[in-house]
Amino acid sequence: MTERDWTVTELRDAVVSGETTAADICDHFLRRIATVDPHLNAFTAVLADTARARAEDVDRHRDVWRDRPLLGVPIAVKDVICTRGTPTTGASRILAGFCPPYDATVVSRLHDAGAVIVGKTNCDEFAMGSSTEHSAYGPTRNPWANDHTPGGSSGGAAAAVAARLVPVSIASDTGGSIRQPAAFCGIVGLKPTYGRVSRYGLLAFASSLDQIGPMALTVADTAAVFQVIEGKDPCDATSASCGVLDLSTLFPGEADGVRIGVPRTILEGIDDDVRYAFDTALDTLTQRGATVHDIELPHIDYGIPVYYLIAPAEASSNLARYDGVRYGFRATLDTDDTSLQAMYERTREEGFGTEVKRRIMLGTYALSAGYYDAYYVKAQRVRSLIKTDYDRAFQEVDTIAMPTTPTPAFRIGEHLDDPLAMYLGDIFTVSANLTGLPAISVPAGFTASRLPVGLQLMSRPFDEATLFRLADAYEQDAPWWRESPPITT
Amino acid sequence: MASLLTKADVERIARLAHLELNDDEQALFARQLARILEYAERLENVDTTGVAVTWYPGAENEPLRPDVPHPSLATGDALANAPAPGPRGLFRVPKVIG
Repeated sequence: MTERDWTVTELRDAVVSGETTAADICDHFLRRIATVDPHLNAFTAVLADTARARAEDVDRHRDVWRDRPLLGVPIAVKDVICTRGTPTTGASRILAGFCPPYDATVVSRLHDAGAVIVGKTNCDEFAMGSSTEHSAYGPTRNPWANDHTPGGSSGGAAAAVAARLVPVSIASDTGGSIRQPAAFCGIVGLKPTYGRVSRYGLLAFASSLDQIGPMALTVADTAAVFQVIEGKDPCDATSASCGVLDLSTLFPGEADGVRIGVPRTILEGIDDDVRYAFDTALDTLTQRGATVHDIELPHIDYGIPVYYLIAPAEASSNLARYDGVRYGFRATLDTDDTSLQAMYERTREEGFGTEVKRRIMLGTYALSAGYYDAYYVKAQRVRSLIKTDYDRAFQEVDTIAMPTTPTPAFRIGEHLDDPLAMYLGDIFTVSANLTGLPAISVPAGFTASRLPVGLQLMSRPFDEATLFRLADAYEQDAPWWRESPPITT
Repeated sequence: MASLLTKADVERIARLAHLELNDDEQALFARQLARILEYAERLENVDTTGVAVTWYPGAENEPLRPDVPHPSLATGDALANAPAPGPRGLFRVPKVIG
């Protein structure tokens, strides 16, 4: 297998045609992981033996399985998604050693499509964070700048794809956790419509916001994996019935006649290089026949306070299950108090990291008697206003564009002592989760100091097709994905 | 509203959340939560009179499925990850009744 950037389709076609074997592909990527990951810490577990066995199985069944869309394609799975019999810890000490008794639905679907899962990727603990610094496994580093974060919470997933350790990652996005690290690492990341991809087997963080999605080098690769994992699942009551995406109608993508809305007022104060990359991307799309329209999203600035009340509130409830009884870590009681309550409290104190405890505290406060209406219910009402803003805008335009993040990747440690400053960086990503809308981040160039910048596109519910078409049209004229980070050479 | 969080407030919330915080964490969270909540108080400026809540995005949820029995997790699988599995398919916990 030659050293170059292989797309998902190329890898699959090479297996089907016999040009190479799934085993060779698997070994190629396992070698890259062994060489490069010590510098990145993108993986929490590398499943070399099971991946090789699986790849050999694919090779044995090549002729029978030749129609499977991801035949022999190596994939990494974020460590918040259950993989049967292999560790799934959410990068938390409290789930150390946990091996789920079942696969997440997305994992089953990837298996059925012929994919080879090669490892679990690092993230902020239980996906709470924007930097992958809040991991029990230590931080992941950005392949473009080793002293910078890859973003988060899916920093390992993004760094692994950017450094060519895997062609595809599967991750989760609750407030930007796929799109922001995709932007920081110069790759594509999709947060699908709420309900479009089953969450069965995802360690729940905030159930009204969580969504699983793919991350890859190109838009077409992202779509190819999305097509495999989308669709109604009886195991997830919030998954929705929707039409199946027909990839053959999407590519090559076109921008001609697409109306792009830009909320100009929110662009004030963002990083100059990010602004320049964004304006340049809009020019590229305009030259391909798209039209740009100013729109108003009057409540978007309230997205951060709304998100940081609702997400921790839901998290404080979802994380109540980690109590040292049914799975994971249980603290040893060395005091006089050996009660059940003391066991719960000590286990959670020792098992959770600081950011998770901070959010459980914040969420518990927002849900507690006397504050529930003022914080939690109020946030849910403002959430409705944000949703109405988008509904109105989508009467006039087909897609809404903004930078994925207001700044490029920040340095490791830069925001660790100031959680609010870290939260404010999520301003452009949280509203897709609050409203349930689909959103994609695509590479849009670099800052002067060679840090990647992301362009975010949003569309109407279940209209991922528009995102893929437009993003692919942009990518044709702006193939930033072909540039490799220094770590890979 | 929450600009001043007392140590007693933090202890009360920690108790509700089943967290045994140490003194340093109590002081840290009292300061940080107050700052975050103070920031969140800007929501008071938004007129939400007559605005409905959005618990979940999207309206297509079908929470009920046909009531058909089907196999679930085997007891052995359910206990396999327990830090203290007990006998006869039970989880072992500290004594609850004296």
